[in-house]
Amino acid sequence: MQIGLISLLDGLVYGMLLFMLASGLTLILSMMGVLNFAHASIYMLGAYFAYQISTWIGFWPALVIAPLLCGAIGAAIEVWGLRRVHHNGHIAELLFTFGLVFIIGRAVQMVWGMLPMPYRVPTSLDFPLFSIYGENFPAYRGFMLLISGGMLFTTWLLLKKTRIGLIIQAALTHPSMVSALGHDVPRVFTLVFAGGSLLAGLAGVIAGNYFTTESSMADAMGPIVFVVVIFGGLGSLAGCFIASILMGMVQTFSVVADWSFADLISPFGITLGANDLLGEILTIPVSRIGPLVPYALLILILLFRPRGLMGTRET
Amino acid sequence: MQRLRLLAISFLALFGLAIAGQPVRAADETIKIGYIDPFSGAFASGGDASLKMFQFILDYINAKGGALGKKFELVTFDDKLQPAEALIAFKSVTDQNLPFVMSCVGSNVGSALIDAVNKHNSRNPDNRILQINCGQLATELTNEQCSFWHFRFVGSVEMRAVARIKSLPQSVKSVYLLNQDYLFGQSIEKDTKRFLAQYRPDIKIVADEFIPLMQVKDFAPYISKIKASGAQSLLTGNYGPDLNLLIKAGVDAGLDIRYDTYLAHVIGAATAIGSNGEGRLTSVMEDHENIPEEEHNAEAEEFFKKWRATHDFAFIALPSVTQFEMLVRAINKAGSTDAVKVADALEGMEQKDLFGVTNIMRKEDHQLLHPYYEAVFTKNVKNDVEKTGLGWKTEYKTTVADETLPTTCKMKRPSS
Repeated sequence: MQIGLISLLDGLVYGMLLFMLASGLTLILSMMGVLNFAHASIYMLGAYFAYQISTWIGFWPALVIAPLLCGAIGAAIEVWGLRRVHHNGHIAELLFTFGLVFIIGRAVQMVWGMLPMPYRVPTSLDFPLFSIYGENFPAYRGFMLLISGGMLFTTWLLLKKTRIGLIIQAALTHPSMVSALGHDVPRVFTLVFAGGSLLAGLAGVIAGNYFTTESSMADAMGPIVFVVVIFGGLGSLAGCFIASILMGMVQTFSVVADWSFADLISPFGITLGANDLLGEILTIPVSRIGPLVPYALLILILLFRPRGLMGTRET
Repeated sequence: MQRLRLLAISFLALFGLAIAGQPVRAADETIKIGYIDPFSGAFASGGDASLKMFQFILDYINAKGGALGKKFELVTFDDKLQPAEALIAFKSVTDQNLPFVMSCVGSNVGSALIDAVNKHNSRNPDNRILQINCGQLATELTNEQCSFWHFRFVGSVEMRAVARIKSLPQSVKSVYLLNQDYLFGQSIEKDTKRFLAQYRPDIKIVADEFIPLMQVKDFAPYISKIKASGAQSLLTGNYGPDLNLLIKAGVDAGLDIRYDTYLAHVIGAATAIGSNGEGRLTSVMEDHENIPEEEHNAEAEEFFKKWRATHDFAFIALPSVTQFEMLVRAINKAGSTDAVKVADALEGMEQKDLFGVTNIMRKEDHQLLHPYYEAVFTKNVKNDVEKTGLGWKTEYKTTVADETLPTTCKMKRPSS
């Protein structure tokens, strides 16, 4: 119980962080059909920008400026990069973003070096918010929840209650129709790409000092975000949200779980030792393979529900 | 299309730079060492730091005249910490007829290389190669897998574990083991448990946990578990992000216990952990920059001062200096870089390290025996690490006799 409550909070924080990254990616993917490999690289850039800016003028300005910079970079990538390769088809776009991953990764290493950056949580937020059963819940975690919650609300408001949100929603499913009605669809694309990059940048700013800011952080985050997007289903922010929280919880709780698959089947009278067929695999405690569980879930959902949790079309 | 081509060219240029950046020069009168380590990917910082330390050591060794009047030179290959990539690199090393192959990071890579070197040497008796292990620590490499062609110039996990366990204060009565789930982590776990039983039977192991290598982003749930276990010390062989994130998460959650690590002195950890580690983070290491002062050794102090003047991370490769001193003597004695002759000369060789301690290259398993220093991360030191304001202070050191452990190696020597 004690661990359960804390894990619930941990899972929520991690899930919300995943959602910040995945929401931008899912919007870009479902609207433009581009699987943006470079999304996690933008997340990394956000963290590095925030570190650099915070050494000059402090964390709070960095919280605003760094995501805006990332948004601008996203817009630039869309206008001068993606749009030009667009007419060569999806493969070209895929390869383009794939190449960007290496270029951004290498550029970051050339500018900031390969060592982790001393990017720290601001002292004004560096205190325990409250403690449960003797374990502190750091204020910065609460702040991360606040930021990601606020971002969730703002995105929802923007998409559901504004005119541009309506157009974006329409362009998601019927881009040619929206274009025929006189809307500038390419501009909407740019906007969405910039917005997605901005969210990724923001995630980088608040995660960079909580985790570590280093040149491998994009590689670490990239795969899991794709899992969330595919799991949640294309074209559905709600699905993406559920998938993010689910993955956050799954990863957190699987760490705490001390049972193995062999324990699960033992009530049925089957006991497995390490020497039985598959015994070695089945007796590994779930906690030891916890972070791999999302990938197993991905395979399951691709097998049994290929359009994802709440997807509106086949992936 | 024009722009696309431009993009492609700049793309290629970037990667070209990456390759051309390594110091590959074609001079004839040098002794070339094929150096395989990760220079890209998640542990690139480790490979990069290693390379800088080796360049510094080579400058030092070459200034003393090198071996047989020739200077040493590194030819670098990137293995991305993948055994498969390392084997491809090894193919290039043998294609270029280099007499030595050296690799520091990843015991799985080291294990693959031992097999490859064994095969190569039995198939090409005229063109044999020696393997220099400068940091792949799994004990198995000099026990079950030991090979005549493989020399490890840094203590094994086992030796490190002896220092780790012996240095634990008497007040510690319960430990939580957390390690990475691969060859090195499993090796650490096994040896930690063995020596705990041998030297400190009073210590209770409250948990024994493995995590997937470089997969965990959020360590908070692990911290909850550690907290609930009531352990006094977290004993971990993690390194890189797996270590930094673990300790950060622990300190943030107010987990006020000892963090007894095996590798917190490796590059990047000090920056990532920062003042959070003050007084509670410890590590076992081959050397740190405050030893010369602690030991009042002027010559060593000079060496480290020179290093600090041009680098902003810690020099932790003392056994690698010893390694090159030994290589120089062995090559001079052999009169060539012939693998069998150099190996024969290296066997049983004794060499004083920078701090004046006599290290031994044990003949039975080709393992260098050297002392370890256990140190705490603290503000009260002269030389800090990575400009963090904190540095290492020795709390405990082992002797070469402490580190002389029995080996199970049954070495197969070449018949000729």
